[in-house]
Amino acid sequence: MKTWLWHQVDAFTTTGGRVARTPVSTLLNVGVIGVALALPVGLYVAVVNVQSLTRSLASDPQLSVFLALDAGAADVKRIETRLRQHPTVREARYVPRDQALKELKASTGLADVVDSLPGNPLPDAFVVLPRNAAPQALEKLRNEVRGWPKVTHVQLDAEWARRLEAGLRAALLAVWLLATLFAFALVAVTFNTIRLQILTRREEIEVSKLIGATDSFIRRPFLYFGALQGLAGGLAAWAIIWVGVQLLNGALADLSRLYAAQVELQHLDPEDSGSLLVFSAALGWFGSWLSVNRHLARIEPR
Amino acid sequence: MISFSQVTKRYPGGLEALRGVTLAIAAGEMVFITGHSGAGKTTLLKLMAVIERPTSGSVVVNGQNVGALRPRAVPFLRRKLGLIFQDQKLLFDRTAFDNVMLPLAVTGFERREAARRVRAALDKVGLLAKEKVYPVRLSGGEQQRLAIARAIVHRPAILLADEPTGNLDTAYAAGIGDLFRSFNQVGVTVVIATHDEAFAARLKPRLIHLKEGRVAGQPTIRGAA
Repeated sequence: MKTWLWHQVDAFTTTGGRVARTPVSTLLNVGVIGVALALPVGLYVAVVNVQSLTRSLASDPQLSVFLALDAGAADVKRIETRLRQHPTVREARYVPRDQALKELKASTGLADVVDSLPGNPLPDAFVVLPRNAAPQALEKLRNEVRGWPKVTHVQLDAEWARRLEAGLRAALLAVWLLATLFAFALVAVTFNTIRLQILTRREEIEVSKLIGATDSFIRRPFLYFGALQGLAGGLAAWAIIWVGVQLLNGALADLSRLYAAQVELQHLDPEDSGSLLVFSAALGWFGSWLSVNRHLARIEPR
Repeated sequence: MISFSQVTKRYPGGLEALRGVTLAIAAGEMVFITGHSGAGKTTLLKLMAVIERPTSGSVVVNGQNVGALRPRAVPFLRRKLGLIFQDQKLLFDRTAFDNVMLPLAVTGFERREAARRVRAALDKVGLLAKEKVYPVRLSGGEQQRLAIARAIVHRPAILLADEPTGNLDTAYAAGIGDLFRSFNQVGVTVVIATHDEAFAARLKPRLIHLKEGRVAGQPTIRGAA
């Protein structure tokens, strides 16, 4: 156990020495890996942000029930009762057409246009909050209410959010495809780095084998190097994303002030950050493992 | 300690370096393998260190048939050997101290004890004052002695040396001969391949003379292997 520990410590010092001796090429490799990982991770952060935005907007799905323009007070009363008594309806709020027009005038700055209209073009409406927010339940309620007399149109207000959500799922798939490709790139970069290292250390490997070094002893510093380089690449990617989000938030702050709304991008959460680092280190390890297995066997002392 | 029985080594390309060699070296013996270059001396040592495997016949080192040794087991056999090469195989990007440390590092020796042993080995070959020097700044003789220090630092039972006095002057060779003698006196089995007859004669060891891949004086059996 103690021997094993010494081996690990030794391998670490050896690895550290190698990094220190080739700082520029190590830095460039880390940069390449960082940029390669930053692309899928950046896209992921974008998707996650849009997703959380749509969730907050569409958290309370509601139905807007528009009545026919010629619906009288009796019709309104009848539909209101039906809605209130419906088992899946939690709340139904009546929006009279006059009030809707007033709101339209006040909120959109279209007062001039509205004033110039000959009459009120808006129908009476109900805003219905369902008990069950599941898409199927909403769909069912909409189809039912749509068939009632004097109801011209029922709109599912969360529909756009659901479409966006489906789109985001596709985007997330794209993230994974991209991540797979760049993971391959990471493995390839590490493979090549380690190949070059093995070639330049040929003599050392040969001598080590001659004095009784096991393959795992020779392999260890290379594996550590691969893992460390991968980890450093992951850190670089994380830093790139962090700076990117920070810069975008700076720009968005102006936008938020102009629109008086709070828009802020979220950073990568700790869990995802951890996965990124573990993942990149593991891939680096894997790349160097492939490379070492392939190239080490060819170096036999003569 | 080491025994060869009907060993033939044929290299790819058809060169037959050894032909039906049979010999035995007892523990604690000091043996010189002599002969012209190309007689098979180096091949003999390479077979002992499992750097090459015999084409036929069996090589037994320390009770193990090395011809049939699994690759995984090879490092552990080599740890019982001290190897000194014609071209020394020192690592030029490490100090004298680190070069000698190598055999202890691969076995995961405790550091303080390892450092103590490295200094003892350097002291033995007279290089203690140069432990921080890189091999390039050592003379040919000093490099050879550094290689010897590296070969004995882990206290091997068997010391194998290929042309240890290769390009050294006679006085220097004598000093190195005395070093080998002193290792042999503490019980190490020493096998030295050399074409330097004067070096061999001075130490009065047992001689095994190789000629064209055969042990000279031994009856040659055609097609024995």
